[in-house]
Amino acid sequence: MDLAERARFVRTETVRLTRIAGAGHYSAVFSCAEILAALYHAELRLDPARPDWPDRDRFVMSKGHAAIGLYPLLADLGFFDPTELDSYTRLGSAFGDHPDGKRIPGVDFSSGSLGHGLSVCVGMAWAGRHRGSDHRTWCLLGDGELAEGQVWEAAMSASHYGLGNLVAVVDANQLGIDGFVADVMAAEPIEERFAAFGWDTRRVDGHDLDALLATFAALPARGGTRPQLIVADTIKGKGVARMELSPDWHVGNLVGADYDDVMAELNA
Amino acid sequence: MTSTQDQAAIFNGTAAFKDSRSVDGTDTRTMPAFVLGEELAELAEVDPRIVVLTADLGRSNRSTDFAARHPNRFVNVGIAEKNMITVAAGMAAGGLVPFAATFGSFAALLCAEQIRTDCAYPDLPVRVVGHHSGMSMGFYGTSHHSLEDLAMMRSIADLTVVAATDANHLRALLRLSLEHPHAMYLRLGRGRDPEVYAEVPELVVGKALTLREGTDLTVIATGSEVAPTMQAADDLAARGIEARVVDMWTISPLDRSAVLAAARETGAVLTVEEANVTGGLGSAVAECLLDAGIAPRFRRHGVPDEHVPVGPPAALYAHYRLDGVGIAAVARELLEGNRS
Repeated sequence: MDLAERARFVRTETVRLTRIAGAGHYSAVFSCAEILAALYHAELRLDPARPDWPDRDRFVMSKGHAAIGLYPLLADLGFFDPTELDSYTRLGSAFGDHPDGKRIPGVDFSSGSLGHGLSVCVGMAWAGRHRGSDHRTWCLLGDGELAEGQVWEAAMSASHYGLGNLVAVVDANQLGIDGFVADVMAAEPIEERFAAFGWDTRRVDGHDLDALLATFAALPARGGTRPQLIVADTIKGKGVARMELSPDWHVGNLVGADYDDVMAELNA
Repeated sequence: MTSTQDQAAIFNGTAAFKDSRSVDGTDTRTMPAFVLGEELAELAEVDPRIVVLTADLGRSNRSTDFAARHPNRFVNVGIAEKNMITVAAGMAAGGLVPFAATFGSFAALLCAEQIRTDCAYPDLPVRVVGHHSGMSMGFYGTSHHSLEDLAMMRSIADLTVVAATDANHLRALLRLSLEHPHAMYLRLGRGRDPEVYAEVPELVVGKALTLREGTDLTVIATGSEVAPTMQAADDLAARGIEARVVDMWTISPLDRSAVLAAARETGAVLTVEEANVTGGLGSAVAECLLDAGIAPRFRRHGVPDEHVPVGPPAALYAHYRLDGVGIAAVARELLEGNRS
């Protein structure tokens, strides 16, 4: 599997689908494109033929506004027909800006309100262990999201319950809507903060696929007792020069020549 | 792994509490509606999906009774209600049927968004138990009152909103909830509601229970106001007024047919609730009537749109005429055409 190609696919599909909607979250997907490609094609224990398989690994996209980057991967894996994505955001579509776990095979939870996902994962991880399953529960958060107080309620409870089957990945793409996270509400030092809450932590270049795979491989075996945090240093808008670390592109719409230029840049 | 064992040790030590007395001297063993933990513990013997969560209020809602028997299925998240509701949603997504209990004020008001977004929208079988609802916390004040919960919860799609009338009624609700396909908000009083149901009633969501027949007016009450409404009906009968009494325990979905029948057959409808009258049971009944083009004599009775004063619960019920005497007086005013 060419993971770099899959990450490119996430980005180009995001650009294509956003044109259907007329607006979308390009840059928040671009920062986690490698993370998503590595997880879905090399790490998560999944069976697209059995989306409700009780022992599948769970993935909760707490930063639900990056769902547009998840849908193409799920389709690519066979959870549903890729042509269904052409209905993206149209009236009655299963595919909106935020993921609908009721309607989309492969989406483990509906998300969108920032700060909730880690609590969902605490519940899922607790339930999995209670049922005797060895599945892992993965959570993808943004760094701006860490300002939500509920994240820390969840972080506290994850270590209290000894949820070693829980892995949180922070897509530390440095930007919120209004500017740099460091300026709006500083999230750092993320590792130290989670460590103080009883988590094992590590940090990785979130655009380096080999480093991501090595980090996943270095996680403790399933069945540990300490929740695991991966801080992925990323660039919001990665891959499209005009968007990289630009506060102007949290939500946008590429039209005309701009669309073609960006597609060419991504496919270069 | 050790945490659940630690909890077991903690909660095995709660026997002393069961013999204690509450702050006003009431023997807590007489709290009839607080069969929550006991009934769930019974149900959990045969249903392995049941788990119970609370947010450092196990002693208050008697989930300690569940914890003592099922320590590995009890989760105390500490004073973190939002986390509790969303953790419960994650558990439900993992195949469990979680009951998450805290004061109604925290459950419905603090966690309204978690209930909507994480429980109702994903259509998960989370049972949010809001206890000590209304103004039953008395002199603890507005921060601990939930007079807005009915209005807020009933406006959430795919959320079933029910109110417990007494201990046997709560037992019925808990049993019903196990096979109910949607998220639920269960509104409980503070646990001292007098007995209305001598036996565990048969309940169907969306179907109210008529407790007393009458032809002069219908009083539609819910939760803690059902028992005083029955007292009021006795008082009215002594004065020659026959009141039908409907226990509208199913707030959402509302039993529309019971409401419309009440209006058509008795010509006057009084709603009674321990809640802000803005948006609660009375509003739901009014919407139902006007949508159907029916306008009986009608009055919403509850807490006016204000923050209630400090006072013991019984004094507050008297102050707002939400005790039996007060409800009877309001009913007579309605029939006499007085509008206060």
